[in-house]
Amino acid sequence: MTISAVASDADDSVAYTFASRYVREALPRFRIPEQSIPKDAAYQIINDELMLDGNPRLNLASFVTTWMEPECDRLIMAAVNKNYVDMDEYPVTTELQNRCVNMIAHLFNAPIGEDETAVGVGTVGSSEAIMLAGLAFKRKWQNKRKAEEKPYDKPNIVTGANVQVCWEKFARYFEVELKEVKLKEGYYVMDPAKAVEMVDENTICVAAILGSTLTGEFEDVKLLNDLLTEKNQETGWDTPIHVDAASGGFIAPFLYPELEWDFRLPRVKSINVSGHKYGLVYAGVGWVVWRNKEDLPEELIFHINYLGADQPTFTLNFSKGSSQIIAQYYQFIRLGFEGFRNIMENCTENAKVLKAGIEGTETFDIVSKDVGVPLVAFSLKDSGKYTVFDVSETLRRFGWIVPAYTMPADAEHVAVLRVVIREDFSRSLAERLVTDIKKVLTDLENRWTKTTMVSHVKAEENPDGGGAVVIKKSVKQTHEEIARYWKRLVDRKRTSGVC
Amino acid sequence: MVLTIVQRQEEESLGPIFASRYVQDPVPRYALPEKSISKDAAYQIIHDELLLDSSPRLNLASFVTTWMEPECDKLIIEAINKNYADMDEYPITTEIQNRCVNIIARLFNSPVNEKESAVGVGTVGSSEAIMLAGLAFKRRWQTRRRAQGKPCDKPNIVTGANVQVCWEKFARYFEVEIKEVKLRDGFYVMDPVKAVEMVDECTICVAAILGSTLTGEFEDIKLLDDLLARKNMRTGWDTPIHVDAASGGFIAPFLYPELQWDFRLPLVKSINVSGHKYGLVYAGVGWVIWRNKEDLPEELIFHINYLGADQPTFTLNFSKGSSHIIAQYYQFLRLGYEGYKNVMKNCMESAKILRQGLVQIGCFDIISKEKGVPLVAFSFKDGKKSSAFKLSKILRRFGWIVPAYTLPPDVEHMTVLRVVVREDFGRTMVEKFLSHMKIALKELHSVMEAPIPTIRYTIELRPCEAAEDAALRPLPKVVVLNQEVEPVDRSIHLSGGKTKGVC
Repeated sequence: MTISAVASDADDSVAYTFASRYVREALPRFRIPEQSIPKDAAYQIINDELMLDGNPRLNLASFVTTWMEPECDRLIMAAVNKNYVDMDEYPVTTELQNRCVNMIAHLFNAPIGEDETAVGVGTVGSSEAIMLAGLAFKRKWQNKRKAEEKPYDKPNIVTGANVQVCWEKFARYFEVELKEVKLKEGYYVMDPAKAVEMVDENTICVAAILGSTLTGEFEDVKLLNDLLTEKNQETGWDTPIHVDAASGGFIAPFLYPELEWDFRLPRVKSINVSGHKYGLVYAGVGWVVWRNKEDLPEELIFHINYLGADQPTFTLNFSKGSSQIIAQYYQFIRLGFEGFRNIMENCTENAKVLKAGIEGTETFDIVSKDVGVPLVAFSLKDSGKYTVFDVSETLRRFGWIVPAYTMPADAEHVAVLRVVIREDFSRSLAERLVTDIKKVLTDLENRWTKTTMVSHVKAEENPDGGGAVVIKKSVKQTHEEIARYWKRLVDRKRTSGVC
Repeated sequence: MVLTIVQRQEEESLGPIFASRYVQDPVPRYALPEKSISKDAAYQIIHDELLLDSSPRLNLASFVTTWMEPECDKLIIEAINKNYADMDEYPITTEIQNRCVNIIARLFNSPVNEKESAVGVGTVGSSEAIMLAGLAFKRRWQTRRRAQGKPCDKPNIVTGANVQVCWEKFARYFEVEIKEVKLRDGFYVMDPVKAVEMVDECTICVAAILGSTLTGEFEDIKLLDDLLARKNMRTGWDTPIHVDAASGGFIAPFLYPELQWDFRLPLVKSINVSGHKYGLVYAGVGWVIWRNKEDLPEELIFHINYLGADQPTFTLNFSKGSSHIIAQYYQFLRLGYEGYKNVMKNCMESAKILRQGLVQIGCFDIISKEKGVPLVAFSFKDGKKSSAFKLSKILRRFGWIVPAYTLPPDVEHMTVLRVVVREDFGRTMVEKFLSHMKIALKELHSVMEAPIPTIRYTIELRPCEAAEDAALRPLPKVVVLNQEVEPVDRSIHLSGGKTKGVC
């Protein structure tokens, strides 16, 4: 008779994860754990925690791509251990980046000859791209002022109040003053006439947005170009334009090719676009293209003796993964011009369906325009009973993430909900969203009409002069006031930092 | 009889890739192609092009991690569509980032008590981390100078000449002057004494490196701290230290825990470390930790009303993927302290074997020290500049990427080769590398001693045209009639018949 020994609990190779001790122990939060654990346990623990994250595809707040074809996923995983900056070792990856830059430059009608290469760079996102472009403008302006022997210590940049937060980051970190053109009700983008008025001799550039974060509108870059050219002629300054085409850069060329907003306008010197928005790549890639070499001061370019070879580079980040660059090239050759156009047309169609559905509830005003980035921004006609913030919170219960936010100055009294239509937001999802919105509205209406308790009684002089009047405030009203107070407190700190 | 109409199938969806037209069409380079192509074709075209990239694991030039466990790869691909900036949507991912920051802060002996949360942030790499830290120092210094009513337009930073290029980027882009302490023969890191001498009232910080890029050494931060503290007392300035622990930050705590280099030294105000070096994560994640909240000026922090919630953030980049943060946490959880220690010990072992092997070959001087980042930097004993570059080229042919470079001022006469030992460079690979090295050296010597190729010119002297100035004597014109290269005999003789020929 053989004696069988029972495998002890410490035999990790046969341990069944949920039977082992690893799911009983507390997770390290503040300190690195002393012991190692088996890889299956590590995977399972983290996977299980992440289940409580939101579902990326139901996140209607973000422009950032949340789905790619499995073939592309394969390429991404195969390239995940390639360091993008090792240009010497990975010459093909570097060449793919160059090809992408050239394609984007051509898409934006950059004035380069058939054999010339465009000047541009791949970045981690539009934030880095904008900082690089801003830095180039700042340095060019400083050099010009030094040559003219004028003071160059107070550069400023003119933008609309609807700019994305990264312009303010650029301004604050690189010590440039930000002059914002305020919005007004009904006009939620930068007014070119006002912007040109604000330009002075210290302005390093005027930044226009193609695809405003808040309402998806395209700013009138052509008008800005014309007015600015006039002013430049009058004053002798040479103020350029930068177009922040983070979302619109991959929409306008396909849907509105006759719209003049890119390098066809002579004042436009650089354009940035997010590969991870309508470039249809996962988060982590952006592009910036300059009109030509002269617009990029040589002193900003680093010639690195990187592991033996000379490489000109102009980035803020150094080591990063190559996967997104390869994914971008994949999308370019896989889809081609017609593929991108078809996708954008689908998005616009779905946006129309959603818009019609929302209008059909007769409780909302549509704030976004038809021409622009495919998104639908809408506000409540009557915010007395409940606000868009309530709608946003209640929609969460169904799994939808629809953000609500107030507009920047001077339209802070307007609050909107915004739904972004990405490529993976199909018509069926749009119809489901409308159904769920209707459910939410019914739910909120019911809550309001329930019997309310009196929470606050105050006596006041009757304004008509006939004794005192008792003012009652219900619990709900008090709650609303408190909520509004805290929301304003948060909003005042900074802007609708949605992206 | 039923008439069947044959449907013409779209060739793209049925045909095998290498039989289709896609492998004949030119690859789009400069302009977006008009038409779409099938996804298999797109995958295959790109995959095939990338075959010509080098193999990441044979890249001995880079510190950046090139291998992770398959379970981690699974987590990475699952999180690839999560935007790290969407803190509201992905609260767990955000919490994982916070946990990583806390873990690293405590690894660096940050003076936070058990329940307090450390101040730090995840970045795309040490470049961003250094820029954020530098920006914080610059802003603090400016605020202090303004309060004192002194000029604040000429900030500078003191570092060694051995700093990585991102410090120069920071200096150039953020308009800070960089004052470099030059190196000297035998001393390839920043000299603390000289550094403290260079500190003036406009110095925003002194940057020390734990794990110099070139030789892997740890700078003597304790000495720097002592000397700087004395100078601060004398002058009344408050110059802080930043430790660039990009590579060393995940080595010193595990291998040299008694070495004082981190927040245990009072003047160290911020530390950055690369998650993608010895943090053992793929390229794309770095960390910067501040000693406490006061060291991070509030005006630099953005409070974003991100989709409804208030979030303080301090980064240069906004949207980026979450995969690497999750991968970093995976490594912390999976390996734990003992796991990291074992990995680093293995690296040091491999480095030691490599070093001994190179010493045995006999023609190298070892520049790197034993204590530091596991790498081996070596130069030729005979000091000929071109030998190192030639050797690097020859090793490329075997697949190994070993960079050769000249040291920064004032030791530019030295050329070194550097092999970085990552976690996936085990003993077998070390031995294979050494054997290839021996073959490469043989070839190098034969090339250097090879007969100099000669070219035989046949020329004729012809009278030239009359000179303009009659006083000048006309010189004959040289006309080359023929030039031929004298062949050098490199043939392999086929002795013994056909058995040694190609097949």
